Amino acid sequence: MSGEGHHRRRIKFSKIYSYLCTRPKAEEGHSQIGQKGFSRVVYCNDCDYQEAVQSSYSGNYVSTTKYTVVNFIPKSLFEQFRRVANIYFLVVACASFSPLAPYKAVSVIVPLIVVIGATMAKEGAEDWRRRKQDVEANNRTVQVYDCNSHSFQETKWKRLRVSDIVKIFKDDYFPADIVLLSSSYEDGICYVDTKNLDGETNLKLKHALEVTSSLNDDDSFRKFEAVIKCEDPNDNLYSFIGTLCYNHEPYTLSLQQLLLRDSKLRNTEFVYGAVVFTGHDTKVMQNAVDPPSKRSTIERRMDKIIYILFSMLVFISLIGSVYFGLGTKKDISAGKMRRWYLRPDDTTVLYDPNRALLAAFLHFLTGLMLYGYLIPISLYVSIEIVKVLQAIFINQDQEMYYEETDKPAHAHTSNLNEELGQVDTILSDKTGTLTCNSMEFVKCSIAGIPYGRGVTEVERALARREGKKLPEEDDDSSDLLENKGDQMESVRAVKGFNFRDERLMNGQWVEEPNSDLIQKFFKVLAICHTVVPDADKETGEISYEAESPDEAAFVIAARELGFIFFERTQTSISLHEIDPNSGKTIVRVYNLLHVLEFSSSRKRMSVIVRTPENQLLLLCKGADSVMFERLSKNGRAFEAKTKEHIKRYAESGLRTLVIAYRELDEKEYKTWEVGFLKAKTSVTADRDALVDAAADKIEREMILVGATAVEDKLQKGVPECIDKLAKAGISIWVLTGDKMETAINIGYACSLLRQGMKQIVISLDSPDIVALEKRGNKEEIAMASSDSVAKQLREGKDQLGLSKKGSDSFALIIDGKSLTFALTKNLEKSFLELAINCSSVICCRSSPKQKALVTRLVKLGTGKTTLAIGDGANDVGMLQEADIGVGISGVEGMQAAMSSDYQIAQFRYLDRLLLVHGHWCYRRISMMICYFFYKNIAFGFTLFWFESHASFSGAAAYNDWYMSFYNVFFTSLPVIALGVFEQDVSAQLCLEYPFLYLEGVQNILFNWFRILGWMCNGVISSIIIFFFTTKSIASQAFRKDGQVVDFEILGATMYTCVVWAVNCQMALSSNYFTWIQHLFIWGSIAFWYIFLLVYGYLSPTVSTTAYMVLTEACSPSPLFWLMTPVVVVSTLLPYIIYRAFQTQFWPMYHDIIQQRRAPSIETEPASFTAIKQKTRKPRVKLMDRVIKFNISPFYFKLT
Amino acid sequence: SKFTQQELPACKPILTPKWVITAFTIVGIIFIPIGIASLSASNDVVEIVDRYETACIPEDSSGSKDAKIRFIQGNSSKTCNRTLTVPKHMKNPIYVYYQLDNFYQNHRRYVKSRNDQQLRSNDSASETDGCKPEAEANGQPIVPCGLIAWSLFNDTYNFQKNNAQLAVKKKGISWKSDRDHKFGKDVYPKNFQQGSLIGGASLNESYPLSDQEDLIVWMRTAALPTFRKLYGKIEVDLEANDVIQVTLENRYNTYSFNGKKKLVLSTTTWLGGKNDFLGIAYLAVGGLCLFLALSFTGIYFVKPR
Repeated sequence: MSGEGHHRRRIKFSKIYSYLCTRPKAEEGHSQIGQKGFSRVVYCNDCDYQEAVQSSYSGNYVSTTKYTVVNFIPKSLFEQFRRVANIYFLVVACASFSPLAPYKAVSVIVPLIVVIGATMAKEGAEDWRRRKQDVEANNRTVQVYDCNSHSFQETKWKRLRVSDIVKIFKDDYFPADIVLLSSSYEDGICYVDTKNLDGETNLKLKHALEVTSSLNDDDSFRKFEAVIKCEDPNDNLYSFIGTLCYNHEPYTLSLQQLLLRDSKLRNTEFVYGAVVFTGHDTKVMQNAVDPPSKRSTIERRMDKIIYILFSMLVFISLIGSVYFGLGTKKDISAGKMRRWYLRPDDTTVLYDPNRALLAAFLHFLTGLMLYGYLIPISLYVSIEIVKVLQAIFINQDQEMYYEETDKPAHAHTSNLNEELGQVDTILSDKTGTLTCNSMEFVKCSIAGIPYGRGVTEVERALARREGKKLPEEDDDSSDLLENKGDQMESVRAVKGFNFRDERLMNGQWVEEPNSDLIQKFFKVLAICHTVVPDADKETGEISYEAESPDEAAFVIAARELGFIFFERTQTSISLHEIDPNSGKTIVRVYNLLHVLEFSSSRKRMSVIVRTPENQLLLLCKGADSVMFERLSKNGRAFEAKTKEHIKRYAESGLRTLVIAYRELDEKEYKTWEVGFLKAKTSVTADRDALVDAAADKIEREMILVGATAVEDKLQKGVPECIDKLAKAGISIWVLTGDKMETAINIGYACSLLRQGMKQIVISLDSPDIVALEKRGNKEEIAMASSDSVAKQLREGKDQLGLSKKGSDSFALIIDGKSLTFALTKNLEKSFLELAINCSSVICCRSSPKQKALVTRLVKLGTGKTTLAIGDGANDVGMLQEADIGVGISGVEGMQAAMSSDYQIAQFRYLDRLLLVHGHWCYRRISMMICYFFYKNIAFGFTLFWFESHASFSGAAAYNDWYMSFYNVFFTSLPVIALGVFEQDVSAQLCLEYPFLYLEGVQNILFNWFRILGWMCNGVISSIIIFFFTTKSIASQAFRKDGQVVDFEILGATMYTCVVWAVNCQMALSSNYFTWIQHLFIWGSIAFWYIFLLVYGYLSPTVSTTAYMVLTEACSPSPLFWLMTPVVVVSTLLPYIIYRAFQTQFWPMYHDIIQQRRAPSIETEPASFTAIKQKTRKPRVKLMDRVIKFNISPFYFKLT
Repeated sequence: SKFTQQELPACKPILTPKWVITAFTIVGIIFIPIGIASLSASNDVVEIVDRYETACIPEDSSGSKDAKIRFIQGNSSKTCNRTLTVPKHMKNPIYVYYQLDNFYQNHRRYVKSRNDQQLRSNDSASETDGCKPEAEANGQPIVPCGLIAWSLFNDTYNFQKNNAQLAVKKKGISWKSDRDHKFGKDVYPKNFQQGSLIGGASLNESYPLSDQEDLIVWMRTAALPTFRKLYGKIEVDLEANDVIQVTLENRYNTYSFNGKKKLVLSTTTWLGGKNDFLGIAYLAVGGLCLFLALSFTGIYFVKPR
């Protein structure tokens, strides 16, 4: 490898690159250095750290945890008691020690401690995991220059200080923001991979200042001293302003010299640099939004319900205390006692008739405690338990397990499970999320003949949608071809190459009619690029390191077809190629004269080479929009056919480039070169424009050869998944750092964009803006850009308005620059309006911060649930901003996955995560909460009714332990079982009928009607239970031996009815019974009897009023046993009648599907299709609903 | 496993029309006979209720509430004669109850005003926690202490049929568990009703609490403000149109809180005393279910899904 290194070193890329390696023009703002906002001063190689200590810049220690060891207890307790309910229970627990309490203190404190403790343990465990990651990052090592030993020493990241000189090796991450001083290359350039920052996969070229680039060995730092003055830490990834003072001369620093933390050194052996920003000052960290504690919509609404319950609690306590006050006051009038048996003449303040007002107030407090059963204390802890179990199910799901990388789905937080069932908008990253992030050469058109038989995802998706067979299967020779293809594949699968055509492969192209053009075509692919080959010495295999995967795909394609690019020097490119005449492999060396690089404005790239035959060639590839106009008259032979092919390729979701060449004569070249070099070396501000103009002069009169088609391979199953999600009423936005063209292509590939969709493109590439930018007046640019964006937004809306009658669907495509302005205060509203009316939205060239901002805009603007999905560190902001962040644990590191809420291995698992798990969890949690309120209201209100018959004195109807065990033993397990296992329909059906998901999006199962309905049901149940019980055992003998019902027996009887009623209600509202549910529901009821039996056998000092109540008093009485069924059936009637009518007249989606599916279990598969057809009907109905509910228009575009 | 994949075998009840109709019908069919049986049981009970608190006040005292209170707290004779006619044959045992009305035995202050330790054993005779203001009399702990015991019901009834005494058995009217475990055999009343205010009945200090069944019955506090408590049992049959002379001592003060007092003689059946509510509830729910079953059948017939 050392030879290779030396070889590399010789290359001075700045010679052949026309644009990148030149000195950038001075950026704005350098004059501000030293002023506010630009105050950082770094004394490089400052051995004593004196200055660093003075300026006290933070260290490189990075912590992302929520708690520290010290503050864990107070802070997590504080977090806990931010929940109103918990504060209430704390107050109640404290108050229960006073004589105010209607029950014993223990019975309140034990549940509270359990609840708080369990939640705190969970928080602690989660934070511990985060801490472990931090420790891992902080303990990575880097080589730091040590002044004492004058050598580079391994140091942990966390010990790194501002002003340290560091040496970083190939493929290492930068530990902090570093100013590049020099690299292994002579001219101080290096390649940087910024995937973790912006998601872009191409390598970025950075280069050191010329003055420092000579410091390229360890010894040269012995005497090195410099002062860097630069801006203060900020979050802008795309600017850096500073000066380097070296040898008393100031030099301007720009982004070109800044290596950012979390990016990676590539293709460069090593670099030296000076640390300027450390730890939380680095740009990446500044970009990171604080990990927010996310709460689901349901949970937030639950808080509101708790408030309602509180008001209810206060209200009924108030009623109670008013009655109590009045009653107490009357106990003594004119010195006479009314209820003398209460001794009102000699009493405590609690019952003092003379201080009735105070007594009433104290009683109010008692009431707050007594009716506290309305507020389910175990609700939070039960939900936590259920969610953890649900998360385990998500983690365990085999269907979401990706075998290739051995990665199951993983829920990092369990707080948001039910939120998964309510997602309205998905904001997706593109690279690595929708696509595999690898380009494949699939097709080409040479001399008007299309080659390549591969079938793209988009074609497949199209064919599927139209129910047609795949095009290749229409071919007669398809079998043969397929066989061949299979053989090929079995021989070797080459990454980046998916081209199957027997006419060109294995050297067969020489037989083709236009073999000379084919040769030219692949030569262009093999020569016209900026790829660096990397040959493995042992195997002789050549791999390529390219700036973009497209280029790599071209070079690989050329290699696979016999044009093997194997060596690049500063001035030449060498190929192994087949001589068409002799058929032998020969080495040809092309002299590289100029590289006219690709830029987004030029949209093309050319090289000028001198062939071994001393022929001058200009080889060019570029976008069709710029290429066709540059063809010569006699070079347009295949123009029409090529255009047609390009169109077809584009429709198949492929990215296309036109390939052309031009033969130059010596004289013309010479004259051009003079002008070009002059332009290149000019130092005026418009140098770039001059170079462009010069390049433009030679890139003309070209001869068309053909076009390439490259597929950015979608991940498996992406179009289907998107299709399903769209049918589920979810709108999908793609936010990508990519170029607009790429983004649009992918949009097509994954069926986000379709033919016939109207595109509203908002960009700032218009000439006048570009002109303004050249003039460089910032304010003017901002003004003009803002106006332009506003205008384009208006136009877009007008378009939308016009087509309201028509059925056109729209796609909004907006680039990063415009987005900056569209996200400003005054435009964001109109942007959002436009965007949510479009079927698809694609934001290109967006920075991580912008992604997060867009996410926030959608989240706050629509008030709906947003889900962000991404795989790179550049998506972290977005993932954290969205209601739910889903990370893809793909190739681009783990940052995104770690900071996400859910982690899946492939995009296609998203449909299962949302449609199955999300739907179930949403259903489970919402049912569970409703049911919780039901059961507690049903119970709490019996207490209230009893009070009304006990002159509101605050006596509880039940034994203390009945009450405290109510939420713990007799009713909790069935709810938890419901929360964990309930399924309305099976997973398969969830996926088959995505519209079921609308229940969550529209929040049908947790709307106020339903919540209040359940609450009313609870009140009704309590009334039925209390009055039926008291009326039927009122005062007469309740058994044959003449015994009457007393306080203890009534309590036990009523409680029995409550336990039965709430558990049966649960059984009734549940759709899914496994043995677990049976065990829990019937077990809870049985347990009540067992409890009563055992508790009754304890000594009367322990069991007090429950002593022998079941064995002696209740069980021998037929009345006791007869009462339960009638009370229970009566409590169930309201619900069952409601449900029966509702499923008959206003069935919900899951009702429909259950009903449709029910008979098919018995019937043969033959009738299956018939059932399916029947279900089409509700779909039509559904569409009406969709319109009514103003769900994303995307939904019915697809149905 | 099937568990982690959430594919456990399960039954999935669906609310189909068939299911709804069947369920309603079954409930109706089961409930109606039960209702009829309960009603008939209730009808078999013979019950005599005599409200006497107004009638047992001499006319000169019956004017105002204050007058009534003065009478009941005074020393004049409180004996009162009532005549009951047996409407139907009453098979023994006939239970004698007193029924109080508007008496809040379930009041929190009242319910708590007792000390179970003290009632159970002689060792804790001085424990009077929670018994205030009936904890101590003249500095000595009261046994049994507390408001409940202090306000013990003290009307007495004496029955005569054809001038012959009708024996009322007072043994075995309390719960056995109370006698055996809650009221000690070695606990004797002490300082009871010795305070400044006399509440209700006094206790014979020579009997242990476990033998004081009236107290035990009274201390089993009632759940609702209207309640009956067992007074005794008459263990002979009474024939229809038998006339029973009741001589009662109307001592208990219900006048200050406008409470009623009733004397109840009742037989029992397997279902207990007389109360039609349960039977009616069964019939109503059963009927409603049948009606719903019918109407749903109709709905599905007219508008099938």
